[in-house]
Amino acid sequence: MKSSVGIVIVSHSPDVARGTAEMVRQMAGAEVQVAWAGGNPAGGLGTDVTKIVAAVNSVWSPSGVAVFIDLGGAETNSEMAIEMLDASRRERVVICNAPLVEGAIMGAAEAAAGSDLQQVRRAAEEFLRT
Amino acid sequence: MSTVARDTAAFASCLHAVCGALQASEAELSALDRAIGDGDHGANLNRAAQALIEASEELSALPVSLALERAGMLVVTSVGGASGPLYGSMLIALGRAWPALRSAETVADALDQAVDAVRKRGRSTVGEKTMLDVLVPAVRAFRLSAASGDLGEALQSMLSAADSGLAATKPLRATKGRAAYVGERAIGHVDPGAASARLCLHAVAGVLLASRREERLL
Repeated sequence: MKSSVGIVIVSHSPDVARGTAEMVRQMAGAEVQVAWAGGNPAGGLGTDVTKIVAAVNSVWSPSGVAVFIDLGGAETNSEMAIEMLDASRRERVVICNAPLVEGAIMGAAEAAAGSDLQQVRRAAEEFLRT
Repeated sequence: MSTVARDTAAFASCLHAVCGALQASEAELSALDRAIGDGDHGANLNRAAQALIEASEELSALPVSLALERAGMLVVTSVGGASGPLYGSMLIALGRAWPALRSAETVADALDQAVDAVRKRGRSTVGEKTMLDVLVPAVRAFRLSAASGDLGEALQSMLSAADSGLAATKPLRATKGRAAYVGERAIGHVDPGAASARLCLHAVAGVLLASRREERLL
């Protein structure tokens, strides 16, 4: 069976990131790989490029990885993290322009159904428009 | 001293000056950020300064171009806010573009590349209340004045442009970065990223101007 798209949650708060990942796992089921990265390198509020790279690699699937972010720096740091991935992986990681919790859950449900990366992204990004 | 040794020594002095300035201004930068953002700019850059100081020996042993790139990576991985990738990408681009044959013009070209990296990373431009409001006019002033051939004058005009660039962020409403979330409330405050950019330029120019004065005395 083709492996499903991996999901990464990036939040300034480790608690928000961990909690969101937990909700995603509960709702999307065990077949979807979910990882989170939250907090700055010193453990405070913020995001950490190294942790984001590790999270993406930990749920890596040939189908790709969808990244969900909260505010400002989470996006900049996620973009930087994607550029730091192996060239072969970079093209198959997308940042979804969607609300963190709702977007990640919609995206993960789509991933669980075996959809491809673009379908996962679309499902997440369309959440607000439905 | 050979040019390479002199460059390396200048790099080390600039590195310490920048880190010292950032650490001394942590409270001030955070206070600026509290007014319009999340208040962590000072602490974030302090963490970058700490990482750079810890690596200063390793960095100072490298050729300047590689030292700049490596410093950029350290900033990216130590900061934890958007300023990490922004300043980090700037240093990485500056290192990659650092000219083997240095002239005012080739340095200005490298600075342009560095500022361009910030523009791309932040998908931003001048007038959006960001560090670009200091960096872009500062580099432009450096280039214009460097054409006349005097590095000292070029650095001085760069600093004046940085000062007015910072002041110009005050009446702006932010459309990029965290300050964009506070909308109208950002008006009347200078941008913390622009303030830290000005601080770094002053620290670097201060070292270079002082060493020129010394050379002239010797």
